[in-house]
Amino acid sequence: MIEFLKEPWPWYVAGPLIGLTVPMLLLIGGKLFGVSSNLRHTCAACFPADIDFFHYDWKKYGGWNLVFIAGAVIGGFLGGQLLQDPAPIHLSHQAVADLKAMGITDFSGMMPHEIFNWQNLEHLQGWVVMVLGGFLVGFGSRYAGGCTSGHAISGLADLQWASLLAVIGFFVGGLFVTYLIYPLIV
Amino acid sequence: MKNYIKYLLAGIFFGFVLIKSEVVSWFRIQEMFRFDAFRMYGIIGMAIIVAMISIQIIKKFNLKDSEGRAITIPPKDPSQVARYLIGGTIFGFGWALTGACPGPLFTLAGAGYGIIIVPIAGAILGTWVYGLLRSKLPH
Repeated sequence: MIEFLKEPWPWYVAGPLIGLTVPMLLLIGGKLFGVSSNLRHTCAACFPADIDFFHYDWKKYGGWNLVFIAGAVIGGFLGGQLLQDPAPIHLSHQAVADLKAMGITDFSGMMPHEIFNWQNLEHLQGWVVMVLGGFLVGFGSRYAGGCTSGHAISGLADLQWASLLAVIGFFVGGLFVTYLIYPLIV
Repeated sequence: MKNYIKYLLAGIFFGFVLIKSEVVSWFRIQEMFRFDAFRMYGIIGMAIIVAMISIQIIKKFNLKDSEGRAITIPPKDPSQVARYLIGGTIFGFGWALTGACPGPLFTLAGAGYGIIIVPIAGAILGTWVYGLLRSKLPH
């Protein structure tokens, strides 16, 4: 049992469990699964300024979601620290070859240490990947009205046309950066 | 307060599954966008199918939530084509750059990756700037 909790799970176990988050939240409180709203609730709670978009009762509408995401942080600790899998990630050979061609040599952990480190914030690469990348995640998810959870999972599962458009955008943007931008900065 | 505990437990479940599915991994996101493995597509596809079947069951049997209220899912406005395509593409830029969408950003913080606070701060700033510019953007 402990072994199973430490190892990464196969896609046909992990995928359905992620999907179950949707009915879980609907059944426990009628809430729709969507993580990026928490970024808006954070702005509303901490820096509303005089922007209309951030003036609403964030405790009433977002309290549950902020608690949910605090739980995800704890879940990340349990899965990524307490029951951490010590083995390196088992990527496909093609992915390893592609990433090595990009100059990535350290495949330990969840992100390449060569790019994601504090010293890299002295370089343009660090700013583009970490600061600009984060900025675009926040800006884009609010502009699109949702992220991977709200659109790709909740929205597509509810057969929302709008979510299909958003997910097409996610992949257009992701492929553009992967093939045209990453080779320039790494 | 008691009401919030169930959301905390659901979040713990979600964060743990995100780690064990490895969707929080920058390497897996690159592997996905390079079409180097089926794994991520299998995970997202299965998640959608399970969520879809669950929603159909909830609708068909008019299930109530744990507080006895009817469950409704508000539809998204499909006439706002620009916002979904442009916003979605901008999100995609960020997703590929950081290798993490919002759920993984927070989960990675719990998993001990302190540096992830930088993209999280960026994401909060990006959300704030969207709020500032919202009335000037096409939706």
